[in-house]
Amino acid sequence: MQLASASGACLALGGPSRALAQQIGFDQQRTVADMLQRLVGGRPVREQGVSLTAPALADNGTLVPVSVQVISPMSEDDHVSHIYLLSSRNPVMQVAAFVLGPWSGRAEISTRVRLAGSQQLLALARLSGGEFWFAAAEVIVTESACVDAS
Amino acid sequence: MRPGWPLLVAAMLGLGTLAQAQPQPARALAPDQLRSGLAFAGPDVQRLQADGFANPGMLWLSRGEALWAQGAGPRKQSCRDCHGRQAESMRGVAAQYPRLAPGAPQLINLEDQIRVCRSQQQQADDWAFESDELLAMTLYVTEASRGQPLHMSPDPRLAVHLQAGAALYQRRQGQLNLSCSQCHDQQQGWRLYSDRLSQGQPNGYPVYRLEWQKLGSLERRLRSCYAGIRAEPPPWGDLHMRQLALYLTWRGTGLPIEVPAVRK
Amino acid sequence: MSQGLARLQWPVVIQAGDVVKVRLLVQHPMHTGYQQDMQGRLIARNVLVWLACELGGQEVFRVEPSSGIAANPYFEFCVRARASAEMVVRWQDDLGVMGEWRQRMEVAERKTPKP
Repeated sequence: MQLASASGACLALGGPSRALAQQIGFDQQRTVADMLQRLVGGRPVREQGVSLTAPALADNGTLVPVSVQVISPMSEDDHVSHIYLLSSRNPVMQVAAFVLGPWSGRAEISTRVRLAGSQQLLALARLSGGEFWFAAAEVIVTESACVDAS
Repeated sequence: MRPGWPLLVAAMLGLGTLAQAQPQPARALAPDQLRSGLAFAGPDVQRLQADGFANPGMLWLSRGEALWAQGAGPRKQSCRDCHGRQAESMRGVAAQYPRLAPGAPQLINLEDQIRVCRSQQQQADDWAFESDELLAMTLYVTEASRGQPLHMSPDPRLAVHLQAGAALYQRRQGQLNLSCSQCHDQQQGWRLYSDRLSQGQPNGYPVYRLEWQKLGSLERRLRSCYAGIRAEPPPWGDLHMRQLALYLTWRGTGLPIEVPAVRK
Repeated sequence: MSQGLARLQWPVVIQAGDVVKVRLLVQHPMHTGYQQDMQGRLIARNVLVWLACELGGQEVFRVEPSSGIAANPYFEFCVRARASAEMVVRWQDDLGVMGEWRQRMEVAERKTPKP
């Protein structure tokens, strides 16, 4: 099962090297703590105020629509300065980093991501006061049944 | 069936259905059973296609519009110089392909015709198969046929190509020893893992295919099918791919052309 | 000078003070570095390294994507409109190639009370 999922992830990415395939083991997904650690350090982080919208079952791993909304007045004194999208399974953990500010009016972003297999997505918001909020979502990504790679 | 003038006139005009030459292939799918690939796609793909702004195919359509007005070749001629406005001059044109090239008895698709215009009329450098320029222009020309139904021209000379395409469609090929018909006629709607098998209709080409992460032609898609059943794909420009495309067009008669279509 | 291809969209009617949702689509293959071409050779990684939007000369949005952003990147973000101004989107990829897209945002004086 482990090997099948790892090679499944290979197919979704179009055949990476074997060494990389061994890195993306089914049981070796990053935990929430893993994903938060580098950006948050020791600062306070709470699972609140962030709404992460992603399909429960993605049509295709190469294009998955994702939206993030953070409850914030977006004023000079109280606003979201950064939103990070983090992946528990992709070769590159930080999918994207968005820079916002009071000029944004609302802390809302949307984008389309690539997911290397079923995994957990994390949206991490950094607030102007220095604290962090986050939300997580599980996305199931199935393999393309007819693999033609052309 | 009434004898007399209608039959005589039709026979003289050589209309496909009444031509004495070869009978048309049998239809595995009745006209009311035909479904675009969009119907088999998931909700995100459907939403993506419907989004007039964020549909990734729109990037190629913008490019095609720009290329239409761009001069090329020694006389700096643009498509617009000869053809005027795309919406008027290209209306219904994409729906006529594949067809026989004027003058030569060669079966060509829309991409072939654009390349001929480019090299012979504009005398500009060639747009290779699957180049972004050719894809963009093909999509832009096809846009003028948006919503129009697929149909095969009643040209009786196409009958032999239609039969060849039909035979190809029924032939088992490749290491997996599968024919197009087995998946796309007999098992359409069934699931292969979590994918739903579509009917393999050609009404959404060139298509933004998520697998390719870019726009691609029908010929590329058919060659992908060959790779999928582990068969040797024919070379680019092969007659068989055009015959197959012709058969698929006939088989999908009535389905509206979608521009830009998005598929997995 | 525009280089590269992008699409920008916002509402047709914008009043000063409105928070406007901007939609942006950029043409870029975003090669991950893990994909192979038809000969089995690895396609070198080439993704957008940064993308920034300026409105009336002020930066109002920035993103640092990775190979985890889908090809032909799509972004939605919000910005508070103050006055008619030009939006300039600039980006750069791993190969150092830069792109730019400009579009004018028309903002009318506020007629209805601010929400």
